[in-house]
Amino acid sequence: MKHALTRTAAVVLAVAGLVGAAGAAQAAEEDFIPLLVYRTGSFAPLGIPWADGKLDYLKLVNARDGGVNGVKITYEECETAYSTDKGVECYERLKDKMGGATGFDTQSTGITFAVTDRAMVDGRPVVTVGYGLSQSADGRVFKWNFPLLGTYWTAADVMIQDIAKRVGGEDKLKGKKIALVYHDSPFGKEPIPLLQERAKANGFDLQLYPVAAPGVEQKATWLQIRKNRPDFVLLWSAGIMTPTAIREAQGVGYPRDKMYGIWWASSETDVQDLGAAAKGYHGITIQNSAEHGRVHEDMKKYVYDKGQGSDKDGKSFGSLAYTRGMMISMLQVEAIRTAQEKYGKGKHMTPEQVRWGYEHLNLDEARLEKLGFAKLMRPVKTSCENHMGTDWARIIEWDGKKFKVVSDWYQSNPKYVQPLVKSLGDKYAAEKKLSTRDCAAEG
Amino acid sequence: MLYRENGQFKSSYRADQQIFPIRQDRWFVGGLLLAAFVAVPLLASEYLLQAVLIPFLILALAAIGLNVLVGYCGQISLGSGAFMAVGAYAAWNFGVRIPGLPLVAQILLGGIFATIAGVVFGIPSLRIRGLYLAVATLAAQFFMDWAFLRIPYLTNYSSSGNVSVPPLAAFGLPVETPAQKYFFVLCFVLVIGVLTKNLVRGAIGRQWMAIRDMDVAAAVIGIRPVYAKLTAFAVSSFIIGVAGALWAYIHLGSWEPLAFDLNRSLQLLFIIIIGGLGSVIGSFFGAAFMVLVPILLTNVPQLLGLELPVDLASHIDHMIFGFLIVFFLIAEPHGLARLWSIAKEKLRIWPFPH
Repeated sequence: MKHALTRTAAVVLAVAGLVGAAGAAQAAEEDFIPLLVYRTGSFAPLGIPWADGKLDYLKLVNARDGGVNGVKITYEECETAYSTDKGVECYERLKDKMGGATGFDTQSTGITFAVTDRAMVDGRPVVTVGYGLSQSADGRVFKWNFPLLGTYWTAADVMIQDIAKRVGGEDKLKGKKIALVYHDSPFGKEPIPLLQERAKANGFDLQLYPVAAPGVEQKATWLQIRKNRPDFVLLWSAGIMTPTAIREAQGVGYPRDKMYGIWWASSETDVQDLGAAAKGYHGITIQNSAEHGRVHEDMKKYVYDKGQGSDKDGKSFGSLAYTRGMMISMLQVEAIRTAQEKYGKGKHMTPEQVRWGYEHLNLDEARLEKLGFAKLMRPVKTSCENHMGTDWARIIEWDGKKFKVVSDWYQSNPKYVQPLVKSLGDKYAAEKKLSTRDCAAEG
Repeated sequence: MLYRENGQFKSSYRADQQIFPIRQDRWFVGGLLLAAFVAVPLLASEYLLQAVLIPFLILALAAIGLNVLVGYCGQISLGSGAFMAVGAYAAWNFGVRIPGLPLVAQILLGGIFATIAGVVFGIPSLRIRGLYLAVATLAAQFFMDWAFLRIPYLTNYSSSGNVSVPPLAAFGLPVETPAQKYFFVLCFVLVIGVLTKNLVRGAIGRQWMAIRDMDVAAAVIGIRPVYAKLTAFAVSSFIIGVAGALWAYIHLGSWEPLAFDLNRSLQLLFIIIIGGLGSVIGSFFGAAFMVLVPILLTNVPQLLGLELPVDLASHIDHMIFGFLIVFFLIAEPHGLARLWSIAKEKLRIWPFPH
């Protein structure tokens, strides 16, 4: 036993040393994108297609274009299981790889919070497409955070707009009851301030129903909903919580077409097994991620036909969450490309340079067409003040077999979102004793 | 050969009662401290400090706290995650509401609040014991989870319920780089570790152990169960509260109640069971096991050049980890600390065992 123990101890020390040394290695003409994913745990139904999409797009860029102007994209997945400590460990392990990780998409609001502090010190961009801290859209306070394409505030605002349209105008919202059923965590609580503002302005009654993580126990919540009969239900859920909620709604006879799911709760994996039971369920999409574009064909041709695809059982490829994953990777790759245009094409980019790239993204229609995202997205342009770019979104509806797009393009109303970004951004800066950047001076 | 006490005579009670009565032990510990304070901050990589050593030290500290209660006093607790949360949130609230309060004071105040919570939730231990007490402490866990999620005052009305700490400084020195953080945590662990070791060797520790071994007998020989049990709860939750504040401030920097959920309580319980109940050094062994093994299991396939998908690797991790726990418990039910003391015993008579 003693021998075994000494031997174990020796291995422990040896491996710990190697792990420490591995971080220092540097390769030229390669850029590293870390992939924090959760393929296990209660969020896995969402995490798997998302991770597949992110991973496959990077494979596609290497296979089709030979990287970014000849610079190969290297990547490594790290499993977080949606847990903050594991996410922090992943961040620490990957941040210095290959001359610095170019951007972290943590896939979790909790991990984003924990990583944001470290990223500010280490100088690593944190890219949170459609999640994270909503106030981080303010680039003056959050130099390293990029909540590209939308936040929970813009999503909540768009949902209210769509509801207003259905009831016949924003003035008709008065006296209506709108419920928010949310995952009781920072993720689920994010939309509350915006909805409260909206409730005040439009005169509707906001009801809040927290659901304890991971969200498999919702009986009590839906009994209350049956009692209080809200006119609409907004569902801030992810992973296993979504199908549970829809099933409970069915159980108490709440009409599914009065339910709106946040984008993480609106992918095929969430409703497929429910089939007709989820018929009429509404969801919101980031940009137009329910559509398919040329990038899907390229993906099939360059990656899947060669047997390189990550989706082995044909479940995730082409799903909404998968497409969103591709969009996220595309933005990360384009940030590297933008940085190369300033700092030298075909060169290795440091995280600081890629941060500049994120801040000066300019994906116009021609560019999106070239990338194969023409039908999926509208132009995105970021700046020092605006780290979100644009916040286009659409509403989709499950018809029992597939999602179909049922609305035109929406954009959030800056009248409600902007003051919140400003005030909560300033509060954050004050609490953390951060100084705000002067965007005019930086040019 | 090297490790023997021949010729080391103790001529006073003082000499006989030191923590490390054998000279070689003292040298070893001195060397270890020197390494921990000087060599590690100089040599260790950022990753090793941030992802391995800091969590290891903080979890070891929390495990020492839990060991006081479970290992020394025999009161099973499933509420340690809750007491860590109380420490973390209390420290943070003091920091936010009283500007200029020194960092060390914030953390200690966090510990004091955890003490109060611990004593309150320890009161049922006077009436119930064993498994029933474990369930009662579970109530603390659920209550605290609820409180920090639902009472907006406790998170200073943060919109998402998530709180984060400003840049830290202690005694005018910044606590920002990994080495500084490590150093800061190490000082806490050292001071509290030594204090606890002395506490459990002294009168109060003996009272705890008497209660643990048989509380009726202990009461008969004049030990007051109320005093002994509640002091164990108080000391234990103070240490756990300080560890919680460190975990939140130093390791995470920004956290939500999920960081201190039931899994954390169970993790601490595993640490002390694997490390050794009723042993301060066992807490360190257990914490090392808990922190290092998962990281090793993640990194080993990569170092061997195996390309495992992350989900498969994560499932294998769980299996191997579970297997190791079962294996260690069968091979040595008294934990790694017992293996350590057996090793020392053997070494004493090596190379001529009788």
